[in-house]
Amino acid sequence: MQQFPFDEIDELYRKVILDHYRSPRNMVEIGEPDIEYDEYNPVCGDRVVLQLKLSDGRVEEAGFHGEGCSISQASASVMMDSLKRKTLEEAEQLSSTFRRLMQGHTLSEDELTGLGNLAAFQGVRKFPVRIKCALLAWTALEEGIAEYRRAGTR
Amino acid sequence: MTTANPRANENASGKAAGAFDVARIREDFPILKEKVHGKPLVYLDNAATSQKPRVVLDALEHYYTTENANVHRGVHYLSQQATQDYEAARGKIRQLLNASDDREIILVRGTTEGINLVAQSYGRQNIGEGDEIIISAMEHHSYIVHWQILCQERGAHLRVIPMNDDGELLMDEYEKLLGPRTKLVSIVHLSNSLGTINPVEQIIEMAHGRGVPVLIDGAQSTPHMTIDVHKMDCDFFVFSGHKLYGPTGIGALYGKADLLESMPPYQSGGDMIKSVTFEKTIYNSLPYKFEAGTPNIGGAIGLGAAIDYINGIGMDRMAAYEHELLEYGTERLSTISGLRLIGTAREKADVLSFVLRDIHPHDIGTILDSEGIAIRTGHHCTQPVMDRFSIPATARASLAFYNTREDIDALVKGIDKVIEVFS
Ligand SMILES: Cc1ncc(COP(=O)(O)O)c(C=O)c1O
Repeated sequence: MQQFPFDEIDELYRKVILDHYRSPRNMVEIGEPDIEYDEYNPVCGDRVVLQLKLSDGRVEEAGFHGEGCSISQASASVMMDSLKRKTLEEAEQLSSTFRRLMQGHTLSEDELTGLGNLAAFQGVRKFPVRIKCALLAWTALEEGIAEYRRAGTR
Repeated sequence: MTTANPRANENASGKAAGAFDVARIREDFPILKEKVHGKPLVYLDNAATSQKPRVVLDALEHYYTTENANVHRGVHYLSQQATQDYEAARGKIRQLLNASDDREIILVRGTTEGINLVAQSYGRQNIGEGDEIIISAMEHHSYIVHWQILCQERGAHLRVIPMNDDGELLMDEYEKLLGPRTKLVSIVHLSNSLGTINPVEQIIEMAHGRGVPVLIDGAQSTPHMTIDVHKMDCDFFVFSGHKLYGPTGIGALYGKADLLESMPPYQSGGDMIKSVTFEKTIYNSLPYKFEAGTPNIGGAIGLGAAIDYINGIGMDRMAAYEHELLEYGTERLSTISGLRLIGTAREKADVLSFVLRDIHPHDIGTILDSEGIAIRTGHHCTQPVMDRFSIPATARASLAFYNTREDIDALVKGIDKVIEVFS
């Protein structure tokens, strides 16, 4: 059976994560967002509502609210910081890199640097049931962007 | 083959010897020797499912290795043997519930299927537009959903008995809800999220005063207290074998014979039919009318072995021991600063639900797991209960008679660790 000693718990609950959980950044309501998506994990009741306002095709404002465990909420909070001024394509690129990290792929130096604070979530990989928590906000992002594009082509 | 553990029998006959020998009982459960993440397993998720004693595993193996055959269908030796053991299991369930007739025991997959059966069969036949079904504020999701679907289909209404801050039903409010349109009352006996033992006898008596039948969800009560459907006078009672130290996929619905007789079949298939022509089908008699298709034969036999095992120890002794353990756990958890117990009813069993400061139960669960401690976190399929207490979820430790004070101590130590990580 897989073992995780106590330091893996430390690795899971890295300072960055606990800090963002306790004082989430960008936990704000955005008026008239261009993209809004409400994502749930029905199993544990975690919830993230993501809101983005765009300007010139770039993320101008990013906000979220929700409730849930430290991993789901911290992941949303850190993500908000990393989305600012990105195009939707760049946001999707980042999302796919983060997803690959969570799925246990080895990332290049550049990719890891590009993730910044998001790299702190590496410790979650050892806890398969919590990977979903870390990805909740990113799923909201991907679904939200897809919905926005569908609406635009209509 | 499905006799109780001989050592458990010894225990029972030596009742005068007094002390509950939990160390010896733990020997009967192979899984309790497992390690999780390198730590001894501390299993405190018994309300989700219980562990199985060796005698149950042996009964399953014995059935599949020496007498596997279909039931009620063959003249050959194995089929007769399997039928005999399957029906013997039904008899054991009847005795466990103190029902008077094997015809009143319908073998189903578990509580969920038993409730579905009543909703689909009795409900469709008897509940119409403007009628009302009364449930309680602490029902399991599986419950609420069946009745909601039925109500939507029929234009009927769901009425909910509220509870107080300790998690006790408000009986005055129940009295007011009972009315001329009430067609069914459906109540959980022991709440899986709060541990409350509801006053079912009183609830049933009040309903019967108005001629309303009552269904009792015994999923949690059956493993922790002596059940007597006769004395309780309930019209339906359901439970799951897997929570009663038996296998998954088997459980039973008890129903009063005259009610079951009057109800239409729930599913169609082999065994539920007496004769078929293209013009007309005659349904089989009770209980087979409700048992379509090949049943879970092995599961029933395994459940029978679990019941023998329980009888060998004695449910009253198990319950008394668990009660002591619950009191010890309540006391220990109450000393942790920032911990709030959810569910503090006077009549309570087996469940310790709590919230801890602003730490999400999910995080509590992960850290406890890393210490080998299994608890449940989340809304426990009782979201309305969580809303009632304005919390998104709880952490829940739930006990069984093979748990020990050391398990509780490990839990308390684990919670200290959680606090340390989040401090
Ligand atoms: C009170 C209660 N009712 C019903 C159920 C559903 O039981 P099952 O999943 O075995 O059908 C449960 C189990 O979680 C329960 O605790």
